[in-house]
Amino acid sequence: MNATVAVGRAPDPRTTAISPARWQDAVFRGTTRLFAALVLALLASIIVALGIAAAPALKAFGFGFFVTDVWNPVTKQFGALAPLYGTVVTSVIALLIGIPLSFGIALFLTEMCPVALRRPLGTAVELLAAIPSIIYGMWGLFVFAPFFADHVQPLLARTLGAAWLIGPLFQGAPNGLGILTAGIILAIMVIPFIASVMRDVFEVVPPVLKESAYGIGCTTWEVVRNIVLPYTRIGVVGGVMLGLGRALGETMAVTFVIGNAYRIRASLFEPGNSIASAVANEFNEAADPVHRGALIALGLVLFVLTVAVLAASRVLIARLSRGEGRHT
Amino acid sequence: MSPSRYRLRLFINRFNLAMSLGTMALGMLFLLWILVVLVQNGYAALSPTLFTKMTPPPGSSGGLLNAIVGSMLIVGTATFISTPIGILAGIYLAEFGRDGWLARSTRFINDILLSAPSIILGLFVYTIVVLPTQHFSGWAGSMALALIAIPVVVRTTENMLRLVPSSMREAAVALGAPMWKVILMVTLKAVRGGVVTGVLLALARMSGETAPLMFTALNNQFWSADMNGPMANLPVVIFQFAMSPFDDWKALAWAASLLITLAVLLLNILARTVFRQRAMR
Repeated sequence: MNATVAVGRAPDPRTTAISPARWQDAVFRGTTRLFAALVLALLASIIVALGIAAAPALKAFGFGFFVTDVWNPVTKQFGALAPLYGTVVTSVIALLIGIPLSFGIALFLTEMCPVALRRPLGTAVELLAAIPSIIYGMWGLFVFAPFFADHVQPLLARTLGAAWLIGPLFQGAPNGLGILTAGIILAIMVIPFIASVMRDVFEVVPPVLKESAYGIGCTTWEVVRNIVLPYTRIGVVGGVMLGLGRALGETMAVTFVIGNAYRIRASLFEPGNSIASAVANEFNEAADPVHRGALIALGLVLFVLTVAVLAASRVLIARLSRGEGRHT
Repeated sequence: MSPSRYRLRLFINRFNLAMSLGTMALGMLFLLWILVVLVQNGYAALSPTLFTKMTPPPGSSGGLLNAIVGSMLIVGTATFISTPIGILAGIYLAEFGRDGWLARSTRFINDILLSAPSIILGLFVYTIVVLPTQHFSGWAGSMALALIAIPVVVRTTENMLRLVPSSMREAAVALGAPMWKVILMVTLKAVRGGVVTGVLLALARMSGETAPLMFTALNNQFWSADMNGPMANLPVVIFQFAMSPFDDWKALAWAASLLITLAVLLLNILARTVFRQRAMR
């Protein structure tokens, strides 16, 4: 019976076989789209939520919040200048030390390393990034800081401390904890990020460019200096920005070694505070809404700062891969 | 060209390459230094009681049982939250959105979130979960960690799916499979090793995160498997104990550090070998 019906009137494929698939597809597509939109909305939600929570403090202090270096929970006076200074200075130290080291490592991995060792050594560098921040903190506080105070700081004070202009940066009591120690540990932590971007962009240089340079008698260094670096300039800057973004927001390692003091002193040996370390140290003790609001406002400043730096980094790295092969 | 100029160029080349070798050695030296210090201090503090006793009150000995279990619960829950969200968003970026405005902006924001300071995510969850509910909780901790993991999973899922040749999708579509079946049962299946790698890397990243847990899960000196209340976890225990003046607590902090690092490195190595197998097949 049924067979005759089927012969008499063939089912319309558009309405029977396809349409369930069609609405299933629509649902599936809509679901994935929703979650993509969710990720997109996250950034804005963070800024809005922190902005609302920070409002009491921002209202109380206004723009003065960013240019005052008083931080006193007792008198309820809060200014962001000291932690802002600490954040920027530790990150700058991290980059000053981290960039040449990362460049050397990327150069070694792309130009010098035997092919068989490339993978294990590359992985080893990446493991530096895998070690949790708090482990750097433990090592920094209990091992590196005493070593630094006993052996490196006296040496720095004797040599650089006596130098013209930069002398005051390296004077004072060598107690191991402070801005400089935090900067050095940050440098070690950003190396894997900068080095891996540099390595990736060095590898996009077309071999024919390098071979031509070798062909006219350039040394390895000259090829790197005159071919690889100019070609990958934008990507290298992008990698540095990525490292900066990481350094600005790094929390636990810095909290362990920076000394936690709201001060701005000329010497890098002195204890200080970064935004992240201030929030980590104080947030759970902050019972007063203005105090808590001030800490959340610090967090908001840090977030906006890192997002701007990381966005710049992304744009630069993307520009290099898009312009690949078009110009040198 | 004069011979002296040539010799200078050779010297500069050798000098710079030697410096490059030196930086590599310095990097490895720091890695070894940290690992050796960890093993030395952590090994001395290792004992079976770590896994049988709770975190002790000041000045007495004890174990880490509640913190180990708490960490596993928080990180496990965060993995269950972040994996489906990350994979679905990754599917949209790779299969549907591709170069549309939503996919392009999501990709950009996701890359930024990948490196965003984790302490900010802790503050964010504090303002949207802990403040309204008026108490710290394991759930809040899991949420903060999930926000860290999601960008990692999105990124790897998308990258992996893009490696699938279009011919594979076309073959499945030609057989009459609807898109959702094509994606879930053909393309996603083809790259599941890579997606698992992403999840493992996210797991490794979460296991060591401290800052986001401090304002969300907080800590708990006692045994608690209640995700609704404050919960002990290894990273925050390390932070609290390391900063204390008690030797027993410091020893436990070292033991916890060793456990976390071993777990993180193991997950990293596991992730890399899984991916490698997939790539070789």
